[in-house]
Amino acid sequence: MPMQIFFLIIAAVTLISAAMVVTVRRMMHAALWLVLSLFGVAVLFAMLESSFYAVVQVIVYIGAIAILVIFAVMLTRHMMDDTGRQIAKNWWAALVAVVIAFGGMVVLVLSWSRFQVGPGTAPSELLLLDFGKALTAPNQFAIPFEVSSVLLLAALIGSIFIAVERKGGQK
Amino acid sequence: MIPLSWYVIVAVAMFCIGLFGALTRKNAVAILMSVELMLNAVNINLIAFWRYLYADPAADPTRALAFVAIVFVAAAAEVAVGLALIISAYRQRNTVVAEELDLMKG
Amino acid sequence: MNSFLTDPIGFLILWFYSVLRGWNLPEDLVVLIAFVVGAFTLATLSLLLVVFLIWVERKIGGRVQDRLGPNRVGPFGLIQPVADMLKIFTKEFITPDGADKVAYNLGPILAVGAVIMIWAVVPFGITLYGSNLNVGILYIIAVGGIGTLGIIMAGWGSNNKFALLGAFRAVAQLLSYEVPMVVSLLIPVMFAGSMGLNEIVRAQTVPFIVLAPIAALIFFISSIAENGRAPFDLLEAESEIVAGFNVEYSGLKFGFFFVGDFLHAFTIALLFSVLFLGGWNGPGADSMPILGFVYLMIKTSLMYFLGLLIRFTLPRFRIDQMLALNWKLLVPLSLVTVSLTAIVDKLAMNNIWVRVIVLLLVNLIIWLSLQEIMERVYRSRPPRRTVNYPRLKPEADEPVVQPETPAA
Repeated sequence: MPMQIFFLIIAAVTLISAAMVVTVRRMMHAALWLVLSLFGVAVLFAMLESSFYAVVQVIVYIGAIAILVIFAVMLTRHMMDDTGRQIAKNWWAALVAVVIAFGGMVVLVLSWSRFQVGPGTAPSELLLLDFGKALTAPNQFAIPFEVSSVLLLAALIGSIFIAVERKGGQK
Repeated sequence: MIPLSWYVIVAVAMFCIGLFGALTRKNAVAILMSVELMLNAVNINLIAFWRYLYADPAADPTRALAFVAIVFVAAAAEVAVGLALIISAYRQRNTVVAEELDLMKG
Repeated sequence: MNSFLTDPIGFLILWFYSVLRGWNLPEDLVVLIAFVVGAFTLATLSLLLVVFLIWVERKIGGRVQDRLGPNRVGPFGLIQPVADMLKIFTKEFITPDGADKVAYNLGPILAVGAVIMIWAVVPFGITLYGSNLNVGILYIIAVGGIGTLGIIMAGWGSNNKFALLGAFRAVAQLLSYEVPMVVSLLIPVMFAGSMGLNEIVRAQTVPFIVLAPIAALIFFISSIAENGRAPFDLLEAESEIVAGFNVEYSGLKFGFFFVGDFLHAFTIALLFSVLFLGGWNGPGADSMPILGFVYLMIKTSLMYFLGLLIRFTLPRFRIDQMLALNWKLLVPLSLVTVSLTAIVDKLAMNNIWVRVIVLLLVNLIIWLSLQEIMERVYRSRPPRRTVNYPRLKPEADEPVVQPETPAA
């Protein structure tokens, strides 16, 4: 019972912050609400007994991506200036489509009985060690690991190349 | 006892909120924030299934964790490159409103 | 009586639990209340420690700089921090016009909260710890990221271009120095086989500073840079950018940043002692947790004193020198150290003495090659031109020296 109340509170905080992200007028407030909803997601990960990903979520999303988003908001501020319409003209069409999608998926989830199960056995403490071994074992996940590091390298070089201003104004 | 459907509904709701934001917001940075919400919803889904189907003998628990790691990496790379593009476009065109960046429109 | 002497804090915790259970509350609520009171007590004690740290810092700083330090208020100036706090408490809160209230007020809270949250995972004794997370080291890095977020919000919420610029530079420095810190933290994790701080302390039969001195040095330097203390205190220097991101804060809100700074300096010393100096290890600490606490405090005070010495003797770095130090020196050095240590550690795992000697040799090789590379870089740079300035009033027998014009 107390865990259910706690889950409802955390889910409410996360979803309300997500709703505020997409509706508030000032971009900086939207970035701050994004930070709160990412923190709510980290708490959900911790409730799902995945402490590693809860902490990695805080490091990667809040400590790096949210700061990057805040920087972008600050550097591109002067044009929008937070006035005028923030939402496109036909927002009701998008709302209808989204509500239909949400309703359909919820009906699908609630109609299958295997989704109503409770949690099984808890993950063992040594799972992190197994995960580390799996990430470097050649017949398991070494290739996605290396490919993702190449992806990060490409993103790093690409974003530096795009965002650097050439001296003398040449492009 | 929290059934699995609750976590999946939360993930679906967050995905739909992110979808609404990506479809209706004008500012390009706000669209990127909505895409981040969608990727987080996917992560919640993956980890909920990992936790609840852990005891299933046919499941390989490390596979879900590897999936989540790839989603984290993809989200981080996408945000970095996307924001670099937005800042570069802002310098050229002096606007971040998505519907005003229409140079390639037919 | 025996258990009170050897483990007073554990005794108090058991007594508190028995009081709570005596009130016939459900078990979950008992545990929740005990944890909340414990967290509150730990945070209050760490903040009260800052009061003493202010006095220590100013007194030792004065002595290093060949002056006395505070000695007016109370014997040896011991009441000086109280006078400082009275001054800070009674100053008026001036909120700048047009400041974003949420960001402006949330900045100091996040900056201080991030430092206090680190104390939750530090093991003070064999049974004295806040919580035994099995990902303790990642937790420390995550909490450092939250502190960075607080600085951005402080800088942006002040509605002041100079505060914003100061916040940008501060975040650039903090994010840059996280990289060598995280990479050098991999080495204690590798040696101990776990990311939990309790396991790392238990695995230190030989302190890790002997096994990996270069990693310890990199961790110490990048932690000082993360904190923003001299010589990396460009962020808050009066002469640089008018006090940086906390220029619009007055009274207790500025006091928060101040407290966070000092507490972070002590926390760095604490983490270094736990990770590299052996934590609460020492003769007799296994059976008496209070002895472990005493050993940890002695080691922490030594490292804190070292940090103070560095602060009061070295001049400040410029921003480009600081970033060059990070990306051109510390990051490659830490990556090379981690890879070589990982390879060698796997080969020499058996005997403890073989391990110590081989790892020390590897570190020596890395250090000597670093010296050689730096020497070659230094030699290949063009020498700076020097100008011979003439004396204002030349002595009787001294020829007047004209300034050399540099070659065109």
